[in-house]
Parts: sequence; C-alpha cells; structure tokens
Amino acid sequence: MKDKRIFMQGMKDGMPVALGYLSVSFAFGMLAVENGLPPWAAVVTSLTSLTGTGQFVGVDMLAKGAALAQIACTVLVINLRYLLMALSWSQRLDPKLGLFQRMLLAFGNTDEVFAVSMAQPGMLKASYLAGLILTPLLGWVGGTLLGCVASGVLPASVRAALGIAIYAMFLAIIVPPARDSKPVMQIILIAAGLSLLMRYAPGLRLLGSGWSVILCGIAAAAFGAWRYPAVEEVEHDDQ
Amino acid sequence: MTTSRLLLFILVLALTAHLPRMIPLVVFRRRITNRFVQSFLLYMPYAILGAMILPDMLFSTGSVVSAVAGGAVAFWLAYRRKGLLPVALAATAAVFVVERLMTWLTMGGL
Repeated sequence: MKDKRIFMQGMKDGMPVALGYLSVSFAFGMLAVENGLPPWAAVVTSLTSLTGTGQFVGVDMLAKGAALAQIACTVLVINLRYLLMALSWSQRLDPKLGLFQRMLLAFGNTDEVFAVSMAQPGMLKASYLAGLILTPLLGWVGGTLLGCVASGVLPASVRAALGIAIYAMFLAIIVPPARDSKPVMQIILIAAGLSLLMRYAPGLRLLGSGWSVILCGIAAAAFGAWRYPAVEEVEHDDQ
Repeated sequence: MTTSRLLLFILVLALTAHLPRMIPLVVFRRRITNRFVQSFLLYMPYAILGAMILPDMLFSTGSVVSAVAGGAVAFWLAYRRKGLLPVALAATAAVFVVERLMTWLTMGGL
C-alpha cells in the first residue's frame, strides 16, 4: 500500500510535465504528418523514443531523405546529455534494483522527469519514478495522437504561448535552490552565460545545441565542484 | 516512404534515445565516493537546466518580446517558491496576453 501511495504521488508530480508535453507532442504529431509520416509511425515513435528534440530533428532529416546512419549520429549527439542525467540517477537509485527495472526506469529519464526528480530529497524510489514517468508518457503519446488527428485545430496563438511552459517549469525547479545556495546560483549563471556565448560567439555556433548543452553543463558543474566541493549531501534510504 | 525504412527509422530513434539513458544506470551500480565527482553530479543538473533555458527560452514562443514577458513572470513566481504547474500556467497566460496585445497593436489599434 505504501508503494501505491508513492506511485500516485509520482503520477501527481508528473502532471505539470504531462501538460507541458501535450503541447510539444501535439506539435510533433502535426509536423510528422506534414512531413509525410503516417499517424501510426508518429505515435509509435513517440511511444518508443520519448525524446523531444531528437524526434523533431529525426523526422526533419527523414523527410529530407537523409541516410539512417546520418540520422543516428545526429540524434545520438543530441541525446548524449542523457548520459549525465542517467549518471546522476545511478547514484540515487536503490542499489538492489534489478537490471530489468533499471532499464525500464532509464526509459523515462527525460529532461523534465529528471528535473522533477531532482526536487525529491534522498534516494529515489522505483515506485515514485514509475508514476513520475507514466503521466508524462501518456501526455507525450496522447499529444502526438491529437496532433496527428487534429492537425491545425488548436489556434496558432495558443500553441505559441504553450511553448514557454517547459522553460517556465525549468525556472520553477532551479530558482528556489539558487535562492538558497550561492554556489548553485553561480553555477546556473555560468552555465547560462556559456550557453549564450556558444550560440552567439562567432564560430562556436557550429557545434549545435546538443553539444553546447553538454559542454556548458560539464564546464559549469566542474567549476562548481572545484570551487565549492559539497559536503556529503546525498541522504541514504530511510527504509 | 517504405514501411521498412519507417520501421528502421523508429528503431534508430529508440536506440539513440535509450542507450545514453540506460548505460550509466546499468553500469554504475556502486556509490561514487570521490568528493569532486560527488559535487560535480550534485551541481550538474542545475548547470544543464541553466544551459537549456538560455537562449532557447527566448525563441520558444511567437516572439522574443512575449518570451521575455513569460520568462519574467515565471522567474518572479519561481522566486516566490510557487509550484511547477502554477508557474507554467502563469507564464503561458502572460505570453498569450502579450502576443494578443502585440497583434492588436500591429493591426492598427493605435
């Protein structure tokens, strides 16, 4: 019963993510259909990939007739940032979890799910993560289906406005800890500053945003770890 | 587009999405004790989110002006420790209002 309650809590915490996903996956569904994918392929892609940018870029390249190997390389680079998030999760998951459970949970480690999981103190419970993954997954797949079916029904003004939802969520996640911790604030400002620099400094833009996020994240976090080594802060499981 | 190319495409996207998520979880089963690495992993998520917000947030809506307005509303509410959903909805509403306003102005309202 306790597990069930934790699972429900996870599903509830996943609601804002699911809402944010609805708009993005709606756009993906429309784009996929506009680019010649049959609706079933768009929905299956969303169900099996569960990744935003990767899917958009992939469909775009597919429509332009790119080779599959080329698509694989590009999307892999975009998705490399997951390595860092998964590494972070690996330190907070119950070490006793089996291989299959780990693989299932790894499936749902998206940017937004990861971000919400950060707000959880201590070790991450498998039942919590399962709930936290399920609602966004439903939102992601459902939004894709709606986007395919109702191509262009939602007014452009509403779709455009929803684009900010995910970034607003990111702010809601990082601003309170930044308010409480000077190192965290400095690290965020450095990462954002570097990211702007990578985008606008001549020459550096060639790297593309996938690499840019990885490099900026690593640089800022490494600076933080060197300048402000943290005291043991990861709590051990209370069970 | 042939069905086999579509199926391969779906497989490629799924593999490239999941290998980076799966490998660290399966490989690193022990706790890392090195203090630098621990601190690095503690700070990294904030750094990643910081790098993802700027500059991409500025181009997430119909115009940079409405994105800045939405971002400002989100920041203010987040600073006051409001939850994820209220912050996201308020920012969306702010963007919507600003974009309506801008359309109205350019339509010759003034």
